[in-house]
Amino acid sequence: MSPATPGSYPLLSVRNLSKHYPLRHWWGGQGSLFRAVEDVSFDIRPGETLGLVGESGSGKSTIGRAVTMLNPPTSGTVAFEGADLAKLSPREMRRMRARIQMVFQDPYGALNPRMSVGDYVAEPFRLHRPGLARAERRDEVEGLFARVGLDPRFARRYPHQFSGGQRQRICIARAIALKPSFIVADEPIAALDVSIQAQVVNLLQDLQDELGVSYLFISHDLRMVRYLCQRVAVLWRGRIVELADVDALYDDPRHPYTRRLLGAVPVPNPVEERARLAAAALMPPTHPDEGGALVEVAPGHWVAGGVEFQT
Amino acid sequence: MSGSESMVGSEPAPLLDVRDLGVAFDSEGGAVHAVNGVSYTLREGETLGIVGESGSGKSVHVLAMLGLIPRPPGRITGGQVLFEGRDLLAFPERELRKVRGGRIGFVFQDPMSSLNPGMTVAAQIAEPLRIHLGLDGRAARLRARELLDLVRIPDAAARLDQYPHEFSGGQRQRVMIAMGLSCRPKLLIADEATTALDVTVQAEIIALVQDLKREIGMAIIWITHDLGVVAGIADTVQVMYAGRILERGPVDDIFADPRSAYTLGLLRSLPDLSRGRAGRKRLHQIEGAPPDMRDPPPGDPFAARNVYATPRCRLEPPPLAQASSAAPGHLVAAWYDLPALLAAERAAPGAVP
Repeated sequence: MSPATPGSYPLLSVRNLSKHYPLRHWWGGQGSLFRAVEDVSFDIRPGETLGLVGESGSGKSTIGRAVTMLNPPTSGTVAFEGADLAKLSPREMRRMRARIQMVFQDPYGALNPRMSVGDYVAEPFRLHRPGLARAERRDEVEGLFARVGLDPRFARRYPHQFSGGQRQRICIARAIALKPSFIVADEPIAALDVSIQAQVVNLLQDLQDELGVSYLFISHDLRMVRYLCQRVAVLWRGRIVELADVDALYDDPRHPYTRRLLGAVPVPNPVEERARLAAAALMPPTHPDEGGALVEVAPGHWVAGGVEFQT
Repeated sequence: MSGSESMVGSEPAPLLDVRDLGVAFDSEGGAVHAVNGVSYTLREGETLGIVGESGSGKSVHVLAMLGLIPRPPGRITGGQVLFEGRDLLAFPERELRKVRGGRIGFVFQDPMSSLNPGMTVAAQIAEPLRIHLGLDGRAARLRARELLDLVRIPDAAARLDQYPHEFSGGQRQRVMIAMGLSCRPKLLIADEATTALDVTVQAEIIALVQDLKREIGMAIIWITHDLGVVAGIADTVQVMYAGRILERGPVDDIFADPRSAYTLGLLRSLPDLSRGRAGRKRLHQIEGAPPDMRDPPPGDPFAARNVYATPRCRLEPPPLAQASSAAPGHLVAAWYDLPALLAAERAAPGAVP
């Protein structure tokens, strides 16, 4: 009863992941639980991009932080290359950290304002490859700068001297320093100007083509998700309500919430967009309360409750 | 540049007439010229979509016309903003306050920082009603409730005495819209009003504003970076970059027949929501980054990123003028002729831009 991937060995395997937060009453007594994420299962294959979409508060970022053990889950397992991350020794976990990286929405918040960006990108080498000579480390950093489209001479500069798009490139350079096999990208383009977003998305795609890295791409930009991802999971109130290959999900959405979400994306074409708005005005609001376990309604297409929803 | 489209003498005076507006911010590294000679008009009942990225001047110029930029470091370097025939820039703050929230309503991106967390929603909506319309406490409260109904806040009567934090993000934005509309403005200015919201909530807010526009008949300036939103609601689109208007025209013409390389680049860089993986191509990307406004380039501000730029583009800023053989009122600031360049590209076999 979980959306496993047939035929290929998963790189990351998440099973029944939940993350709960106790809610305290104002008088300090024990309150109820806030179920930020509830019983979420999915796999990510080597070299694959899985998109995670849903509205704010649906648990997208919580999942991203749970699978990297930045904020470990309350229950459930996260297996990476076959190893249960919760059962690793600190030493093994340290080694694993080199294989799993994160890129965040706010590239400025991630950078250290007092550290030159070259030192920032070099940090993983100092932590994970202490034997590397200084000159070799410098060569590696210069190679990474060139790789993400930055002039290697910029390495001596400080974060405030860069634009938002350049800062995100710096964060990506650091993330790929140790040649990870998996990167969680949490809204990596949301804070960037429109004219810069395509640059960063193309860079992520190029890196995947070259390095074979897998991505968990967390985004509210449904156009970019369709473009970048092979498979997509739709979250609603902490649960996956639909998970499918990207074309199946966008062309044949089954869950009412997925339909509502995709139907709300504005189309950059005046004739189509005016028609969409007019049609949407006539549609009664849907209240997606259909939950339940995921059922496979077509090969690889999982829908909560398994109901074949009609239009 | 100004008046370049006021060619029909018989037309009624525009509701808003922005003439050669300039705004600068003084900083240690020198003045930042945030808005440079912006001129345009808005008719009664017209919806103008302004598209641009950070630093384009799209937000700063409306803040300046409402007297909302901090001075110093900000200053108006020139121009006029005629609203119903009177220059807002010449208004003393007292007078401007009467217009703001009265004849001109506005909604900004972040409702949490625009709402007062220590005041109930009723008190905040009632405030402009008392100031601008002179309603007494009871009448203002009644009207506040009607407004919450109007923006479809369920159970409005019970929620009047709640505080902003008790509302969801979408509901707070509805409250902001209720405040923006409270005095039945002639003009509503919405600056990235739905950017922070989920796409489903954004759809509801846009539907709501469209309904209200039909009911109240106001003009709208809708500022956004999302070309999709603009496509659906705007009559006229204005594309801004580095403090200037690069292109402006009827919405259908801007999308079907863009004349600025920047507009074209923005349109091309959007992935198609209906395109499957099989037809996937590398995303079109605009190289480079917007110019540093402390040291703006002398010519066309987009020239450094523009593959179609001519030597003249780098030296001399092009005026915003009627685009040749385009729809009337379709203006572009460009020394190059984009349709001709695109046609040549298509004619050259194997040539890829």
